[in-house]
Amino acid sequence: MKSQARSLRQRLFEPTGLDRQAPVPKIATYALLLVWSLVVLVPLYWVLVTSFKLPGHVDNGPFYIPFVDFTPSLQAWDFMLLQNNTLGPYLNSVVVALASTIIAVVVGALAAYALVRTRVSVKIVTVAVFLVLLVALIAAIAIFGIPWEIALSVAAALFLIALFTIARRTRLALGNRDIEFWIISNRIMPPIVAVLPIYVMFQQLRLLDTQLALIATYTAINLPIVVWLTRDFFAAIPVDLEESAEIDGASKFRVFFTIALPLVRSGLVATFLLVLILAWNEYLLALFLSNANAQTMPVLVSAQNTTRGPQWWNMSVLIVIMIAPVIAIAAVLQKHIARGLLVGAVKG
Amino acid sequence: MTAAAGTALEVAPRASLGEWLDRHSGRIMVLPAVVILLCFAIFPLIISAYLALSRFALAPGGFTLKFIGLTNFRKLLVGSQQYHFLGTFGMLGPLQWGLMALLAVALLFLLARYLLSGEATVIGTIGRLISASVVMGLAIVGAATIAAGGVPGTLVTTLLYVAVGVIVQFLLGLGLALLCGQPIRGRNIFRVLFFIPLIVTPVGIAYTFRMLADMQKGPFAPVVRAFGISEWSWATEAWSARLMVLVGDTWQWTPFMFIVLLAAIENQPRDQVEAARLDGANGLQIFRDITWPAIAPIAATVVLIRLIEAFKIIDLPNVLTGGGPGLATESMTLHSFIAWRTQDLGGSAAVGYMLLFVSTVVCVSFFNFVVRPARRFQA
Repeated sequence: MKSQARSLRQRLFEPTGLDRQAPVPKIATYALLLVWSLVVLVPLYWVLVTSFKLPGHVDNGPFYIPFVDFTPSLQAWDFMLLQNNTLGPYLNSVVVALASTIIAVVVGALAAYALVRTRVSVKIVTVAVFLVLLVALIAAIAIFGIPWEIALSVAAALFLIALFTIARRTRLALGNRDIEFWIISNRIMPPIVAVLPIYVMFQQLRLLDTQLALIATYTAINLPIVVWLTRDFFAAIPVDLEESAEIDGASKFRVFFTIALPLVRSGLVATFLLVLILAWNEYLLALFLSNANAQTMPVLVSAQNTTRGPQWWNMSVLIVIMIAPVIAIAAVLQKHIARGLLVGAVKG
Repeated sequence: MTAAAGTALEVAPRASLGEWLDRHSGRIMVLPAVVILLCFAIFPLIISAYLALSRFALAPGGFTLKFIGLTNFRKLLVGSQQYHFLGTFGMLGPLQWGLMALLAVALLFLLARYLLSGEATVIGTIGRLISASVVMGLAIVGAATIAAGGVPGTLVTTLLYVAVGVIVQFLLGLGLALLCGQPIRGRNIFRVLFFIPLIVTPVGIAYTFRMLADMQKGPFAPVVRAFGISEWSWATEAWSARLMVLVGDTWQWTPFMFIVLLAAIENQPRDQVEAARLDGANGLQIFRDITWPAIAPIAATVVLIRLIEAFKIIDLPNVLTGGGPGLATESMTLHSFIAWRTQDLGGSAAVGYMLLFVSTVVCVSFFNFVVRPARRFQA
């Protein structure tokens, strides 16, 4: 093809083909990627080796390589897995993360689907009446000391009456876009604002320090993300299939479960994994809402910071057993994650 | 159900349950999500508002809650807690005054352009006025507390984490994604590897970085000793402590930017890239004219998602430094948490509400003035 021989500069810096890279940029690329790999791996490596250290190894450290500059010990593993009650918090974490993620994805996808495919509207009057009643309800309980059961039933009755009288006469309504924006904007709320009332609420319901309390709260905080991501997956699939199924007499619910959900599989997997990670790692809410019975892993990790100083070796064991299963899941699903998140971010 | 389609024309006065369900299916599908959010977001938010307006005190046999109006907020903004929340103000030098004036002129210019564009609406104007005044206010507080003689409070520290953290993470994530988006071997390995920090619990990351940053027993201790600074500790100086928090935060969140941006880059129009390369365009030109326009909307959206989460930072400063030295690394969530621990529930809720206000204004402004135009630009 080329009439003259390529100069040295060309040979080093210019690619020979479309899917090829010239040597110098190629080496630079790999070098930079390896540098970042080190940045990622060094902290992880340090946690891993620390989990095989004895307290003396850490205190007289630093020691880097097992068998070379120190003799690894299984003492921390033995202590955390066999003597300490780690299984309880681990199971709590698994149950809470899985249950809250499944509920959030199902409920969120259902809502997102309805917001994309049907017309949903709420009268502004209804919203206003609801908010006024809610404030009145809280004032009645907090200031005037009316028992909450009575106040709640009175408020509910008033709301229903308003729903069938005033609300029917007005037209001004919030549409799909407004409802969607409201649901998603809930994610902006910092958990610290809501955690105290949630604490009191569960205390009143006698559900404090149960898995149920954590599942409900995690579902709520992750719901906006699910709606945000899944709405775009549904918007991206063609509507024809669903329409023909509806003409054949299938209900909206059946169409959703049998046709729409399978079509957005990739996106659902990505959403599921992202929400699972968020729930699995959550610390602040778990700290408030759980104590001995429902303690989750992040709380157990920080509990290793004892009065005798941080028990680094024990902590490292916990971090390792927390990361391992998620890495396995992520490695298996990584194709879905990339594709799924992309669709979500395109139209967000 | 099958009969319903046939008799759709003659609407029965009393529909069967199945028909009723189908007619209201949209509402029924949204209802569970709305109920959950009302119970665990709106309801607590209203109670928090009440808490923020009252003083909590332990009393014999329980506690008392006394309504005190806006006192908690006044304390934070102009009263005894001002040093904690806003910070201690220093003297602005001529340079800072100049920058502030420049920002004010820029904001006024943008407002004027909007008002004269002929598309101005009442809501749009109010929204822009709120955004502009909040940005101006935050800039003045930031400049005055970072200036000589000033000490930043939790508000400025949080904004610092958000601004610096998100920018650095975005640039690193974009750079890595561009590198990984090239035709190289082992791309999937890098993809999985770079993803890992995202799945480590923030508390774990905080303790890990405390181990790594240990000047005497950490893995970098020999390096530190070689430079002869092992007596120095990053935890005793405000800026090095803040930097440490940012390093941990960046380590965790760069992967998020990376993974989404890489997917976007892989999705860019390949034929255009190849045609441009055949025409002799260099890498920079291809990035500027093809890649960036293709990924800009996605970039704007991931930055928004990250922005929303960044305001909530607590685990890292809490574990790494406990908010110290002094209150140099204390974020607003941590401020609220510490106030709660000292049983100042009203103050805690007030800080929480200030955080809610600032992050809502910043995130909604970012959505309206960056994400939306970026999407329109592509369409």
